[in-house]
Amino acid sequence: MESNRGRKSNESVFTRLMRWNDARTGLNSLLRYALDEPVPGGAKLAYVFGSALLFLFLSQIVTGVFLAMYYVPSADHAHTTVSYLAKEVSGGSFLRSVHSYGSSAIVIVLLLHIIQTFMYGSYKGRRELLWVVGCILFVLMLGMAFTGYLLPWDQKAYFATTVGTNMLSEIPVVGTWLKQLLRGGTEMGTLTLSRFFVLHVFLIPALIFLFVAQHIYLFRKAGAAGPISADPINPNLPTEPFYPKQLVMDMGFALLIVIFLGFLAWKIPVVLGPKADPSETVFLPRPEWYYVPVFQYLKYWKGWTSVIGIMVIPGILGLLLVGLPFFDRSLERRPWKRPLSVGTFAAVFLALAFFGVQSHRGDLRDPGVAAQLQKQQQHEEEFMKAPFQPELAGASGGGAPMDVLAGKGQTVFTAQGCNACHGENGAGTAAAPKLVGVAGKYDAAKLEAILRAPTKQMALGGMEAVDLKADEMGALIAYLRSLK
Amino acid sequence: MPTRDLPPDKPESTNNQFSGGTAQDPASSPRRSFLGGLLTAGAAGVGALLIIPVIRVVLHPLLAKTTEKSWSDVGKADEFQAAGAPVQRLVQIEQLDGWRRTVSQKPVYVARDSAGQLTVLSAVCTHLGCTVPWIDKQNKFICPCHQAIFDPTGKLIGGPAPRAMDVLPMKVEQGVVRVQYQYFRQLTPNKEVIA
Repeated sequence: MESNRGRKSNESVFTRLMRWNDARTGLNSLLRYALDEPVPGGAKLAYVFGSALLFLFLSQIVTGVFLAMYYVPSADHAHTTVSYLAKEVSGGSFLRSVHSYGSSAIVIVLLLHIIQTFMYGSYKGRRELLWVVGCILFVLMLGMAFTGYLLPWDQKAYFATTVGTNMLSEIPVVGTWLKQLLRGGTEMGTLTLSRFFVLHVFLIPALIFLFVAQHIYLFRKAGAAGPISADPINPNLPTEPFYPKQLVMDMGFALLIVIFLGFLAWKIPVVLGPKADPSETVFLPRPEWYYVPVFQYLKYWKGWTSVIGIMVIPGILGLLLVGLPFFDRSLERRPWKRPLSVGTFAAVFLALAFFGVQSHRGDLRDPGVAAQLQKQQQHEEEFMKAPFQPELAGASGGGAPMDVLAGKGQTVFTAQGCNACHGENGAGTAAAPKLVGVAGKYDAAKLEAILRAPTKQMALGGMEAVDLKADEMGALIAYLRSLK
Repeated sequence: MPTRDLPPDKPESTNNQFSGGTAQDPASSPRRSFLGGLLTAGAAGVGALLIIPVIRVVLHPLLAKTTEKSWSDVGKADEFQAAGAPVQRLVQIEQLDGWRRTVSQKPVYVARDSAGQLTVLSAVCTHLGCTVPWIDKQNKFICPCHQAIFDPTGKLIGGPAPRAMDVLPMKVEQGVVRVQYQYFRQLTPNKEVIA
């Protein structure tokens, strides 16, 4: 019988290795399926946004995972750890900046992706679920931006999130309850930070994975819709495979984004402001740019009308957006033949842009506000210039604060070398028993007696008589009796 | 017993359930392989841009310059000069632990060496690390754990300890004795700094 190896010997090791692997994993056919995706009408720059989003999301995962290497999600330490990362860790400020700018980039590319899909009418023709899953991903991404913003726990993070979560309480009936749930209490605090951290790092990313997988699956199931002239169900156009031309365009766009993010992170590192100070009363919070239009819009609604502003109008708009492929059933894709939907879409976008501009102009017009915002920016710059201040950790050990006499006694305890056998804080070692809880065993007088004259059993264990002046002995006993 | 050989590994694509059409290798035509090269280069560029800062962040503990050894105040030099015997003091030592600073107290002795110069001794026994007390009545350091005995200069005179008490780096600045606290390896005849 002819041997396998002899027959294939003219092939390179790599080819043989690939075949060996393919026979076991089916990787080649999977890759071919991914790369041979038919693009009706050929590759176009207009189609790059979807894969750019996927790529940006991966970049956020990579940078985020390594930021977590230095981060502690607690109100006590969060700000110090981010400050350490930004000021001390090599490459830390750069990585943090890429992550922070990356979130803005995702929002921008997400908007471009939505605009492209909308204008091209690519949601039509049995693509309702694909569109709905996309809407869910949009909300999840905004949730990532909102939860991530709090994590540095600086002034702007704290106050912007205070305002952001306060809006929830405007919702009738369940509002206050929702706010308390999200904050982990009635006020902002360390539990809020824990919740936001878990949402930002575990829950929302898990949901994003799930829905991205569905989004891609549904997209491949329906097929690419092609140019606006094509029928969305049967494009009837010559197709070109995704690889290589479309992939090169996608990759080129991703490369441009990364270079731009890297350049921004290098030239204008993201700043960290002073630590959140809840007692501060004059701080003016401003959200990230993509939330500014909403922030401005909500200012117009006061008193009983706020239900309309916060619930009714956003509810209708949300329903219109999610339900778009259900309302708009025609297969017409050319935007100029769809004046109603395109007009509404453009009007909402223009209104948001208008609110954004209004907010900015309002800040500039009011001299008090402008001065305060400038002062806040100045504080941030000063904080960034100041050297890193390590956090002072409690003296070795820990536990409840002790009184002055017991504190002095601890010094005696260490100075006499009691800790050598009885352990730090009287925790006990192999050489001698623990002293924690000794107060329950002996009163002060008895304790002094056995310290001055240890029992025979204690002496056998190596315990020596303690010879101290009365005040030092008193302090030592106070300390021993404080051990709990 | 009949033996059967594994048939040769066939390319999967021949019975591919997914792709209906092209059975040709995606990288076969020269134009495709050129673009494939472009893609590889692009991917490498994107990867490098992201991976380099990540590597720097991960390797920070290796890249960071070691923090300077801190000096702790022990007390006034003339007080120690006046004392007839070794004097125990607690020094506060600061250690940087990433983003936190820990402060702990360690006992040291200010003694005199054989030439009469001030020295600062670590109170940690060189045997097994117990804190060695100064026994004034006997004019000796005697470790309570295993009876290692040291003379007032810290020299070993008896017991299981392998070497003399450890002398810490010290200096006198404006009349104040300052010390650089260190930890030493136990049970070795030669003094060896471990932290």
